[in-house]
Amino acid sequence: MIDCVENRLLTSRRGLLLGGASFAAWAYLPKFARAADGRDPRLIVVILRGALDGLSTVAPIGDPDYAGLHGAIALTADGAHPAIMLDTFFALHPAMPEFARMYRDTHAAVIHAVATPYRDRSHFDGQDVLESGYAGPGRVQSGWLNRALEALPRGERVSSALAVGPTTPLVLRGNAPTVGWAPVALPQADDDTAMRLVELYRHRDPALAAVLSQGLQLEKAASGDDMKPKPGNQVAQMRQVARGAAKLMASDDGPRIAALAFDGWDTHANEGGPVGRLAFLLGGLDGALAEFESGLGERWRDTVVVVATEFGRTARINGTDGTDHGTGTIALLAGGAVKGGRVIADWPGLKPANLFEARDLKPTTDLRSVIKGVLQGQFGLSDRVLAETVFPDSASARPMKGLVT
Amino acid sequence: MARDSQAALVALNRFGFGARGGASGDLINAASDPRGFVKAELARPNAVLLEAPGLQSTPQLGQAVFVYQDQVKQAREAAAKAGAPTEAPSQAPADQKSGLRRNLSLNAAATEIAGQMAEVRPTDNKPADNAAKPDTMQPNAAAPPAAKPAPQPLNVIQKTFRAEALARLQRATLVECGFTERLVVFWSNHFCISASKGELARIWAGAFEREAIRPHVLGRFADMLKAVEQHPAMLFFLDNQQSLGPDSRAGQNRKRGLNENLAREIMELHTLGVGGGYTQDDVTSLARIITGWTFAGRQGQLGAPGSFVFNVNAHQPGPQMLLGKTYEPSGLAQGEAALADIARHPSTANFIATKFVRHFVADDPPPALVARLRDVFIKTDGDLKALATALVESDEAWQAPLTKMRSPYDFLVASGRLLARVPEDPGAYLNNLNLLGQPLWSPAGPNGFPDTSAAWAAPEGIKLRLDIAAQMGARLGPNIDPLDLLEFAAADAASIETRKTIERAESRQQALALLLMSPEMQRR
Repeated sequence: MIDCVENRLLTSRRGLLLGGASFAAWAYLPKFARAADGRDPRLIVVILRGALDGLSTVAPIGDPDYAGLHGAIALTADGAHPAIMLDTFFALHPAMPEFARMYRDTHAAVIHAVATPYRDRSHFDGQDVLESGYAGPGRVQSGWLNRALEALPRGERVSSALAVGPTTPLVLRGNAPTVGWAPVALPQADDDTAMRLVELYRHRDPALAAVLSQGLQLEKAASGDDMKPKPGNQVAQMRQVARGAAKLMASDDGPRIAALAFDGWDTHANEGGPVGRLAFLLGGLDGALAEFESGLGERWRDTVVVVATEFGRTARINGTDGTDHGTGTIALLAGGAVKGGRVIADWPGLKPANLFEARDLKPTTDLRSVIKGVLQGQFGLSDRVLAETVFPDSASARPMKGLVT
Repeated sequence: MARDSQAALVALNRFGFGARGGASGDLINAASDPRGFVKAELARPNAVLLEAPGLQSTPQLGQAVFVYQDQVKQAREAAAKAGAPTEAPSQAPADQKSGLRRNLSLNAAATEIAGQMAEVRPTDNKPADNAAKPDTMQPNAAAPPAAKPAPQPLNVIQKTFRAEALARLQRATLVECGFTERLVVFWSNHFCISASKGELARIWAGAFEREAIRPHVLGRFADMLKAVEQHPAMLFFLDNQQSLGPDSRAGQNRKRGLNENLAREIMELHTLGVGGGYTQDDVTSLARIITGWTFAGRQGQLGAPGSFVFNVNAHQPGPQMLLGKTYEPSGLAQGEAALADIARHPSTANFIATKFVRHFVADDPPPALVARLRDVFIKTDGDLKALATALVESDEAWQAPLTKMRSPYDFLVASGRLLARVPEDPGAYLNNLNLLGQPLWSPAGPNGFPDTSAAWAAPEGIKLRLDIAAQMGARLGPNIDPLDLLEFAAADAASIETRKTIERAESRQQALALLLMSPEMQRR
């Protein structure tokens, strides 16, 4: 039908190639963005979809049962690719030297044996719980980050933003307006046609009128001259989306609060240890964090990046040198505003009796407490708003104190 | 019978792929007997099958991949020996680049676009033994070439994928109502695989649908379930070919064991549904029961390469307890008995009925209709033709307003039908599906593409549809009368506002774009 499209794809100035990564942001600046104290907080939520193996990312090397359970893919403190000791007990995957540096500089922290309130093992329900902020699955109309935005005083509109994917990630879906940008690779419909269609929708299909109007605005807001498509692998693409996001978020009129998702963490088979598939993906994540740091420049000091996943993986490797769906895992914090240099864990131990359902790392920390602590530290949201609106029915998961400087 | 254009719209858009333009008379025919128009296709189960010259069976295609991979390997070795840079045949495009993806449709699109680019220039030098290394979530790490080499001819995987896509698109464009083709798409998405898993998945994607889905769309659910779970494409997609019974001979020898990926998705996504009454122990049990379900590899030791085989050496010995019932050791029959029981479990009936009504009628499916379809499913032991018939005969399916969004695939096919353009090349469709976030046979995860209006009525997605519609308008508008097309598409069921918008358009091109984007064409 449209054979001219393909050629233009190749030359589109704004086509952006991003594999397994997406980004979307709040359309407004928080009112206190330029507060008197000069602090201008930024928050980036990174969702790892597919369930990250926390025990392979931050390995409890000091736990006597770890090596046996994780078997062929267990990390060790010695050998050709030694894990990076974070303290005497926990060691970081060797594919993450940037995170290790941030940790040493006290700008990164690990929360271990953490989980959302979800206790089954479906990715899709698990992601719903992680992103919606509700205690159970099936509530997919809005995400916790969007509800947090609704509680913030709204300032000016951001001038530009970037998103990939015709759908906003659930964590940022909801009433608070978000902005995004899709890699437009087509010649666009002209404004007159667009306006006529908006008019028709207004009369016949108000819901479509709203989404199309939003889509048209986003297109105008998008910018990014150096966002040219660059062929590259997934790791390069993770770095690339982070670089683009950081650039937008660094500017004075750019977005302050954003979400980003990386796919591909469902390592059922041949997960790999210090090298291999997971190592490859972790290297991409590490690179993305480094891009945030360098791209945000002096704003990095006001930034917190939260990295979270829907659940963990089995403590014991399965029959195919991988791990199946589990429960407890890790969350990572990085950024100049993080009070870091520590692994926060109420370690449950890996003895059979200590495992959740005799198979998974038992969660001892509620992920909601971590996120609440960050939201409170960065934006001053009250306990009540956090417990009733942002994470409904979560009063028992108290905000973790002291995560943010 | 009086003409009822509104009911014709339901018949064509809710159940089918929309009215064909030209001399089809679809809208008039549907208006005179809406239910009969939809049900006519259900009487011809053989017409659901898809055979076209050149479309091959799964073992033939598996063999083709193995041969191709050997050629790549030899070419690389020869080049290495000569000390020259590798000049291997071009690789399957998106396979190595994408990995499992969910809700990231435009990423998928962008990645696939990268794939399109890769089709004319090899951008990687990944080892060709994907079949032996199913960890294709790891993209290759090779640096892109500094300069663009000359265009390469398509390899056998790309050629096959495009031929399969073309056959499916042509069928969808040409069929009368399209109800059975919509059923194929529904079931294919329910039991989805993803072509982005690897070269075998890409070459098998079309054959999987032709062999495991189409023969049973008007048959029995249990038969479809068995065909799907024993199909090499599914076994590859969800890693079952790697899963070994821990106490099986192969498990003992190789010190490897279970992978519960397929077993979990069988229960969670294919049959019982989350909350359908199974436990983690049941997942593990089913995983043990279906150990040994695999496909023969390139050596063909177990059977014809690329065909389903039961490998008794990989099968976990002994009885297994599943959903409260003990399955005695009986080899392949153990798993087949388990699947047959799961297929007729009440949770399966409920899960399927709900999903079916949600797809065809409303995001919030009317409970009474779901209950009726569930009962039909149970009473007929999963007769899918009876299920489809009960849906068409219900009042709810005809009374519910047309509020569902057409998926990108529905939208593109419906546009092609209205414009009476039978595709001769799938390229434009594949590109547009990538852009709109529904890359053909390549959903981000084993739960398939989303099926709610919220998923497709997203700002960027709608804006991109408008851009595509504007392109169609620019290209085809000069030669058509948009008001004639409106008659074909909706006749007097079109709203006054839509009619006026088209009449007042500044050009035929603009009028066509607006028609394609009208609520009458977007909603179903």
